[in-house]
Amino acid sequence: MNALLKRFLPKGRTAVIAVPFAWLFVFFMLPFLLVIKISFADLLIGIPPYTKLIEFKDGVVHLTANVGHYLFLLQDDLYVSSYLSSVKIAAITTLVCLLIGYPIAYYIARSNPSSRNVLMMAVMLPFWTSLLLRTYAMIGIVKNEGLLNNALIAIGIIQEPLQIYHTTWGVYLGMVYNYLPFLIMPLYAHLVKMDLTLLEAAYDLGAKPWKAFVKVTLPLSKNGIIAGCLLVFIPAVGEFVIPELLGGSDTLMIGHVMWDEFFNNMDWPMASAVTCAMVLLLLVPMAWFQYVQVQELEGKS
Amino acid sequence: MIKTNKPLQWSVLSIGMLFLYIPIISLVFYSFNESKLVTTWSGFSVKWYGELLKDDELIQAAWISLKLGLFTAFASVVIGTWAGFVLARFGRFKGFTLFAGMINAPLVIPEVIQGISLVLLFVTMLDIWGWPERGMLTMWIGHVMLCVSYVAIIVQSRVKELNKSYEEAALDLGATPLKVFFVITLPLISQALISGWLLSFTLSVDDVVLSAFLNGPGSTTLPLVVFSRVRLGLNPEMNALATIFITVVTVGVVVANALMQRAERRRMKEMQMAFQS
Repeated sequence: MNALLKRFLPKGRTAVIAVPFAWLFVFFMLPFLLVIKISFADLLIGIPPYTKLIEFKDGVVHLTANVGHYLFLLQDDLYVSSYLSSVKIAAITTLVCLLIGYPIAYYIARSNPSSRNVLMMAVMLPFWTSLLLRTYAMIGIVKNEGLLNNALIAIGIIQEPLQIYHTTWGVYLGMVYNYLPFLIMPLYAHLVKMDLTLLEAAYDLGAKPWKAFVKVTLPLSKNGIIAGCLLVFIPAVGEFVIPELLGGSDTLMIGHVMWDEFFNNMDWPMASAVTCAMVLLLLVPMAWFQYVQVQELEGKS
Repeated sequence: MIKTNKPLQWSVLSIGMLFLYIPIISLVFYSFNESKLVTTWSGFSVKWYGELLKDDELIQAAWISLKLGLFTAFASVVIGTWAGFVLARFGRFKGFTLFAGMINAPLVIPEVIQGISLVLLFVTMLDIWGWPERGMLTMWIGHVMLCVSYVAIIVQSRVKELNKSYEEAALDLGATPLKVFFVITLPLISQALISGWLLSFTLSVDDVVLSAFLNGPGSTTLPLVVFSRVRLGLNPEMNALATIFITVVTVGVVVANALMQRAERRRMKEMQMAFQS
């Protein structure tokens, strides 16, 4: 059988790998290399609005690289504080998602098998419907005369409506709301696979439920926690739509800064430099994510 | 037997579900509100749905989104299945890490990064070859890049679960690997293909950021129109539109899930019978 398989495979094999590889390279890697290149160019009025790095003049190749954008990034307060604030918002979002998402994923995984599927579907359904519309729905909740404020006033906890809409609090609420399913999914996948006899053994040996949870369940779901947290943290750093709709003038996020440079200032080299710095910031979490994914891939085989 | 704390389990799950669904339910509820003030109830009315039908800008944008979503879903399933199969079945070939990285990274990378890098690629291409202008084509490629990774991951995990003996049997009986893939493997992973198709379609129809970077004159998609309107705050017409969208997606996903589960059960039963006889 193997001989037969080998006779057919080698010739076609390379071609079969090459097609998706080439697609991904041209539309994912190559564009990114261009971003790096253009971040070293100068702003120019024209189409395209940046200078060339390499020019032929009198048979000599001239290479001009401008590191000015990067120096400016470091000097200007706006950029540094936007980066810090993006990381802070993403980190808090991830933490809150984990604190809310873990118990949900845990109890779905411990439900009886027939209701598990229904519950997971209920968690996934908001993820299938639009992020834009879910964020829009959140406006109706957090507005001054929205559901949340009306409810709190009705119970008598507050007298005046809380200003959440158009503040960073609104952004937190919208981010947690939108990203929660991303954390529950991988966590659930790990928790549902867990061998429950391990917990029984811990109980038999006299462990209290809380201790058994910390010593057995938590370590076994570690990879799910890591994957889920990265799945929330990395995109949250560069989130644009949610802060744009729910945030206010005090919300500093790097996605918005880059958007402004690109669309409003038409400064493509600066926008590229901001992007490169963002990728640099996300390189470690992204490499970690890749490591976890490949581990998962090989664990199954 | 491990017992869970039932009251605690029940309250955690209901609070979680309330958090996920209250905003959506309130959005649907207020789409039937008479008043222009979205959060003040003044009586039942379907007039905002009528307004939607008269809104030419929205209808035109919806057509563009629908077309784009269909094209994106088909292309993403083809390329994503191909990539996912390579990821699952070709072992650790040279460049595997880069390949896996290029599939995994788009799952998490902020969309603004993908948006600016693709727009720079297309502008450079336009500069060199005079093609392509920004429009449907560039948006289509961008959306496919957004969805391919999801399809590849879904397909890869399904292919990993497959029992290799079916494919090996077909090879033994003299089928070419290509034929084996189309006649044996594809039908076995059809559920993953359906999920991938649906997910790609909804991702494409919902996308704001990539479309904003890659659209051209005359190719404004529905989410771009919605985004520019809801930036100004609540608008009952948008509630009506959202209600329609959510209903369609919910019905689609629930029906697809029910059909897939039935097919799965039937397959299990057939498999059992095959092994018993």
